[in-house]
Amino acid sequence: MGNEENQYKVIGTRPIRPDGVDKVTGRAAFGADFSLPGTIVGRVLRSPHAHARIKSIDAKLALALPGVRAMVTGADFPELPDEITAGGEAPVNFRDVSHNVMARAKALYEGHAVAAVAATTAAIAEQALALIKVEYEVLPHVIDVRDAAADGAPVLHETMFTSGVEPAPKKPSNVAGRTEMGLGNVEEGFAAADVTVEREYTTQAVHQGYIEPHACVASVTTDGQATVWSTSQGQFMVREFCSRLLGMDRAAIRVVPSEIGGGFGGKTTVYLEPLAIALAKKSGKPVKMVMTRDEVFRATGPTSGASMKVKLGAKRDGTLTAGDMTLYYQAGAFAGGPAMLGCMTGFAPYALTNARAVGYDVVSNRPKAAAYRAPGAPMAAFAVESAMDELAQKLGMDPIELRLKNAAKKGTRAIYGVKFPEIGFVETLEAAKKHPHYSAPLGPNQARGVASGFWFNIGGQSSAAVHVNEDGTAEVVTGNPDIGGSRASMAMMAAEVLGIEYSKVKPTVGDTGQIGYSFLTGGSRVTFATGKAVCEAAQATVNELRARAAKLWECPIEDVEWKDGAAHPVGGQTDTRTVLSLAELAESAAKTGGPISGAVGINAAGAGAGFGTQICDVEIDPETGKVTVLRYTVVQDVGRAIHPAYVEGQLQGGAVQGIGWALNEEYVYDGNGRLDNPGFLDYRMPVASDLPMIDTVMIEVPNPGHPFGVRGVGETPIVPPLAAVANAVSRAAKVRLADLPISPPRLLAALDGK
Amino acid sequence: MSKHHITATVNGEAVEFLCETQATLLDVLRDELGLTGAKEGCGSGDCGACSVMLNGRLVCSCLVLGCEVDGHSIDTIEGVAEGAVLHPLQQVFLEEAALQCGICTPGIIVAAKALLEKNTDPSEEEIRYWLAGNLCRCTGYDKIIRAVQKAATVMREA
Repeated sequence: MGNEENQYKVIGTRPIRPDGVDKVTGRAAFGADFSLPGTIVGRVLRSPHAHARIKSIDAKLALALPGVRAMVTGADFPELPDEITAGGEAPVNFRDVSHNVMARAKALYEGHAVAAVAATTAAIAEQALALIKVEYEVLPHVIDVRDAAADGAPVLHETMFTSGVEPAPKKPSNVAGRTEMGLGNVEEGFAAADVTVEREYTTQAVHQGYIEPHACVASVTTDGQATVWSTSQGQFMVREFCSRLLGMDRAAIRVVPSEIGGGFGGKTTVYLEPLAIALAKKSGKPVKMVMTRDEVFRATGPTSGASMKVKLGAKRDGTLTAGDMTLYYQAGAFAGGPAMLGCMTGFAPYALTNARAVGYDVVSNRPKAAAYRAPGAPMAAFAVESAMDELAQKLGMDPIELRLKNAAKKGTRAIYGVKFPEIGFVETLEAAKKHPHYSAPLGPNQARGVASGFWFNIGGQSSAAVHVNEDGTAEVVTGNPDIGGSRASMAMMAAEVLGIEYSKVKPTVGDTGQIGYSFLTGGSRVTFATGKAVCEAAQATVNELRARAAKLWECPIEDVEWKDGAAHPVGGQTDTRTVLSLAELAESAAKTGGPISGAVGINAAGAGAGFGTQICDVEIDPETGKVTVLRYTVVQDVGRAIHPAYVEGQLQGGAVQGIGWALNEEYVYDGNGRLDNPGFLDYRMPVASDLPMIDTVMIEVPNPGHPFGVRGVGETPIVPPLAAVANAVSRAAKVRLADLPISPPRLLAALDGK
Repeated sequence: MSKHHITATVNGEAVEFLCETQATLLDVLRDELGLTGAKEGCGSGDCGACSVMLNGRLVCSCLVLGCEVDGHSIDTIEGVAEGAVLHPLQQVFLEEAALQCGICTPGIIVAAKALLEKNTDPSEEEIRYWLAGNLCRCTGYDKIIRAVQKAATVMREA
């Protein structure tokens, strides 16, 4: 399928999403909206200390409280081997996941779960928590990533020895691992440079900020069959994680996904579900657990804050000769922050022949980092794209021209080894350059920033089933929670392949008992990988429909072609063979072999890389340090927009999350390692009055790995904005802002220090 | 601890319920009356996902006690459509793709409706400030603001 304009009937149109009416009328059921008769309430006791040994837990008084039905602590969960299991976007250590959902010997951060109770009401459960006596031995703690990596820092894990260094260290450390990758010879590259820039950068831990807190209900029968209703980015992920953490068979756990109220990566792991199953098992009652916002901030994964150093070298004409970066990323209390992904992505937009990236994965007394939209990439891109801007200033070059001169193209080798196939980075730069935004006049205290970004996008395992209904409508069942309109895309792709109207296709997100395994909704994979599965399932259905027509016409299947939702005889109509529509074939299915379906399971390869370029105009107030974003444009190669309105929405939402990261958002700790701003008032995400409209330009360089050319689009847009904003502010302030967030006090201090 | 017996009007219908002293209006709507359209995103009045109308005034139902609504009138997202006919805001939100995950949507529609009832032709800036108490993490607000502008036009022309 090529990319000529208007060749599709459904792809590229903007129909109303199938789940839309329920969502505008309040009927859609999200995680906390589900209950069963007789459900009791589970609540979690959390550590008030950033780092403490748990000496004893005395629950006698709590268990004696009328209405309390069950309690669990770390002792109720099996010890798992300390090993890395291959995951999807990142490997998983299930021992750490288990220790994160319920502390064992030590509480490793403020908010770490220490015990959980289930009681007949929330008020009784809260009372019970207050009656649990935990004896702690408070230990010295460490919050800052560089402090945590330094010699003499309080060590979180006595068994953690830095991996990736020779010789292997003999002393435990908070540095879980060092990773290094490179191309060519960096020293020679810098020696050949006419101009270099070098600087240190920091970003703070930020939360995904989904509006829906984590929530679930678990019910367990007396023969050990569990059913979990929960909000997550993957019902199969929840099933696997619970199965491993509780030592249960996969088949003994059925997970029913609710509507999901935002995830952005933060719902790619479990927090409550294993506790709810354990409490339901002990109490014999269905247990419902819903986090408060405070718990979401303190105990679920933000993404890593980072401390970074970047050096770039270039010839007088702007040709890059070398790039070097060192990244220290917070992992939170357990190993596994995205430092390696930062190393892989930071230089990816540029054709560098001499490059080196070194990353450190560092634990500290913070909640375990979770994935957040292009995990690891925005921080490294902030540093590299800021350095590119500084380099452009030093060379007296336009920042887009500098990027064009060095842009990665088809055949460019990235630092992590791959050679890029068809990519559309240059196209995004060209489009940004000629966009009216880029040449619009600016006023006093105003300036414009530009930055680019890259994200891999992933494929992976997906299942899809298409069933033709008796009346010629169709069902499409997939296994991926719909986080931002993907059911519409699934129905559109099925309708296009089947040749029927979009409104005749009903998409459903199946539970773990209704559809085959599907890796979670993440990595910008669903429209690509699950979409590919849907296309293949629909194609299998078309082939079955052709077979049925062939049977009726008593001809070989090769003599039947599928066009416009109907079987046609190859070479035109004859007396006996006219045209059989999908509806006619559906109606006669009983006579031709029974129900007509197509089901596939695939491991989708060929996810197309995503590149984007963003333009940001700001005005700074030199009196207060306040930054106002005046105008914003997102340009991105989207491969093929199946439903353009929801693609635009991804670009806009990602950019705004990045604007929040750049200007407002941060985890603020007090001297005791306790989070000072665990609420939306003090953890200041962008609100409507903070922002202008977010203009979008969708470049379509089709991905040959997908039948319609789809590339993932969800994550790339959060990669450029940190630097796009910071570059604009730096140009307006005439001083480089290298530390995020650029809050008013920080900008004022920079202006004062000029 | 005895519960309080409360009578009120919800979406035009008389209701009565028993309510614990500390229960919020949001708890009552969701847990006693089965109206789960209002969502708890924060419980502290910062996100607006629980927005409802109380005697014609826009409030965060997480900041109102259930006991306080005795004798009063509440309108929720469930009462915005008239039977099967969507309110212009609901229809335009669908047409303009002004929602992604949809968790904030009920609160935003309730809040936007309150705005359009007192100001039939709000400027972009007025819409942005009016909705500043309703957090959306998915959309970046662009399509939401455009949808409210378009709904205002549709309603003025109706």
